[in-house]
Amino acid sequence: MSAAMHANEEPVSAAKGHGEGGPADRRIIVGYGFWIFLLSDVIMFASLFAAFAVLSNATSGGPSGRELFDLRTVAVETGCLLASSFVCGMASLAVQQRSQKWTQIALLCTGLLGLTFILLEIHEFARLVARGAGPTRSAFLSSFFTLVGCHGLHVTAGLLWLGTMMAQFWAKGFRQTIRYRFLCFSLFWHALDIIWVAIFSLVYLVGVSS
Amino acid sequence: MLGKLTWQAIPFDQPIPLAASALVALAMCAVLVWVAVKGYVPYLWREWITSVDHKRIGVMYCLLALVMLLRGFIDALMMRSQQALAFHAAGYLPPEHYDQIFSAHGTIMIFFVAMPFVIGLMNFAVPLQLGIRDVAFPTMNSVSFWLTAAGALLVCISLIIGEFARTGWLPYPPLSELAYSPGVGVDYYLVALQISGVGTLMTGINFVTTILKMRAPGMRYTRMPIFCWTSLAANLLIVAAFPILTATLAMLLLDRYFGFHFFTNEAGGSPMMFVNLIWAWGHPEVYILILPAFGVFSEVTSTFSGKPLFGYRSMVIATMAICLLSFTVWLHHFFTMGAGADVNGFFGIMSMIIAVPTGVKIFNWLFTMYRGRIRLTSTMLWVIGFIVTFVIGGMTGVLLAVPPADFVLHNSLFLVAHFHNVVIGGVLFGAFAGSAYWFPKAFGFTLDERLGKAAFWFWFVGFYVAFMPLYVLGILGMTRRMQHFDQPEWRPWVLIAGLGALLILCGIALQITQLLVSIRTREQRRDTAGDPWDGRTLEWSTASPPPSFNFAVLPQVTQVDSYWGVKVKAREARRLADEPEYESIEVPRHSATGFITAFFATATGFAMIWHIWWLVALGLVGAYATFVVFAWRDVSETRIPAAAVARIDRANRAARAHALQGGHA
Repeated sequence: MSAAMHANEEPVSAAKGHGEGGPADRRIIVGYGFWIFLLSDVIMFASLFAAFAVLSNATSGGPSGRELFDLRTVAVETGCLLASSFVCGMASLAVQQRSQKWTQIALLCTGLLGLTFILLEIHEFARLVARGAGPTRSAFLSSFFTLVGCHGLHVTAGLLWLGTMMAQFWAKGFRQTIRYRFLCFSLFWHALDIIWVAIFSLVYLVGVSS
Repeated sequence: MLGKLTWQAIPFDQPIPLAASALVALAMCAVLVWVAVKGYVPYLWREWITSVDHKRIGVMYCLLALVMLLRGFIDALMMRSQQALAFHAAGYLPPEHYDQIFSAHGTIMIFFVAMPFVIGLMNFAVPLQLGIRDVAFPTMNSVSFWLTAAGALLVCISLIIGEFARTGWLPYPPLSELAYSPGVGVDYYLVALQISGVGTLMTGINFVTTILKMRAPGMRYTRMPIFCWTSLAANLLIVAAFPILTATLAMLLLDRYFGFHFFTNEAGGSPMMFVNLIWAWGHPEVYILILPAFGVFSEVTSTFSGKPLFGYRSMVIATMAICLLSFTVWLHHFFTMGAGADVNGFFGIMSMIIAVPTGVKIFNWLFTMYRGRIRLTSTMLWVIGFIVTFVIGGMTGVLLAVPPADFVLHNSLFLVAHFHNVVIGGVLFGAFAGSAYWFPKAFGFTLDERLGKAAFWFWFVGFYVAFMPLYVLGILGMTRRMQHFDQPEWRPWVLIAGLGALLILCGIALQITQLLVSIRTREQRRDTAGDPWDGRTLEWSTASPPPSFNFAVLPQVTQVDSYWGVKVKAREARRLADEPEYESIEVPRHSATGFITAFFATATGFAMIWHIWWLVALGLVGAYATFVVFAWRDVSETRIPAAAVARIDRANRAARAHALQGGHA
């Protein structure tokens, strides 16, 4: 991507923010700030993971993960989310090519895969609640629903954001500020994948095997 | 329609909160009417409420802290007077009211006085010291402030609509669970802190990014003013610790609202997990507050001793060491949990180790003063008062870090004395020193020195009279949070502590007088050149108050105490450096996003507390709409033409040149 291609761009400063040359370029500042946010979000998830680890055996006579988890659904969910991340990467490429059509298509696919993930998760939650294994049944289930549900809420918020991003690209074009926001969005979307991988391994795989 | 909210929520049978809130409401109405009649509304809206200028936001943070300090201090007076009266008697505050008062006092003083005060000072000073024009995300900065204010507002609303928590400033379960606290008090606490916590987290992100990525040309890490270093450490701690608070409070919310079992006694919940999680945030929080105060003390000591800070590098290393170690001591808040000797031993030793870098700092300040030409202004008095007081508080802290001693002293007034010793003597004295130090930079005139010194002495003596007796009481076995007592040997100490609170009241009254007198006599105390204290860092190189863009041209940094170097050169040459070439400057446009976000946050929060679900939904939709409107705006900056920049900077250069000729700058 060449910033000089577009006449409306701000000049890009060479400074990296290490002291020489003054404040860093806006793109670096925005990306950096968002990375810091993601780190803080990861710490929030870490607290929820910690709570889950402490309470994972506190089933209070109720069902345990081994009896409840259905790995097939979880595998499909994982597939959806990882594919969604891949398509989101394609959207980044389309944005670099300034292709409105492919950007919109890729983002739409990203969103649909994310939506499928959410619907599968809601379905799984509903199944558990119907079996009498809702979050109020035991401390283990409270922490399970909170950890996985918090990830689900993040994906839902991401979908809202994604819709807003598509509308912005559509209405305003590939403006610099909007591209920076999209950079943040794609970081967010990939970070949710990483957290899901941790949930998949530590909650589901360990839960089924123990 | 209104959920749980009925007329019964208003305590008509309790005259104290009713009269107090009526008075506050009346005062607020009077202020609003006065502002409207005088025609200040457009000015306030344009220049303050929607301002995204870090200096204005910093001033508003400090103002919020001062207002809430009054509220929290009134709570303190009520507690002291209740205990003074309640010897073999009921006193005038019934237990359920007294419990709310000590809970509100702690919550307000930590979250809505200490936090906004240090964040306000960072907001004001850090970008100026870094030699830049604003923080990384100016509009988000405004959102941070207004969310903090929204949290404070909800806590104040609890005074008149409903009740506040009766659980202490950290709502330990199972007491804070629905079964034992069925009212809305804990909900007020949780919702208010979640909202202001989001604001604080955004501040952390903003300042870490600003300090790491946006320094003036040439400002390497080793040339950063020490206040920026301590602010960096504090904000790193915010980013690392506040998410834990958010998660923990969310778990308690889920327990209370949806019957989850994180911390309940039933169904496998673990109340001690709450205590662990909350202190995993809570101990770093202590350092979030004290580290910026350490930075203030460093700047002030160096400036008023006329010397560079002694041991700059050791100060930086000590700061970052505290930043890391602060995450390894949380268990000392509950040695009595029963974790066993090994675990208690580890945390006891870590708690003693964290005192070492703090000791390094104390010696650095002492050596900075040693053989310096000290000017004993009121600002410097706060520093010296701090050093003396903080050393005592630190030593009682090390004492409490010894698990066997802690088993005896925990939950007693000894502990209360200890943390007031470090928070008042450290954080609050630091905030007062910082606000006196930077006041002329913010407003263009200095504060009255005589009243400032008088206020210091009342605070200083008042602190000792109010809190040293609590150490004695703790050793005599008096526990904290007592609504009444019948031990005759405690009585005299309780009364002395009450007298101390009255002395502090005089100190606060003097501070208010100082502010009013200084404003009335401001013409005589103008800071025309922008460098009233013979300062050393970059904020003193621009006008007082600084223009919206801070610096006409970004300064080139070649050393620590960057402005001092420039000044020495100017003094030797008897003239200022050559006039720079002026260019137009882009500054961020003001934005109502912060204010509107906070409006919806308050509405959503209030609705959650009272289970008004339609309003919760409406508030969330409103917040999302605000986000979209913000995302849609086309112009985010305004351009200040080069001619205007030149005019503003030349005026300041003229004043500086004049001061230079006059023999002092």
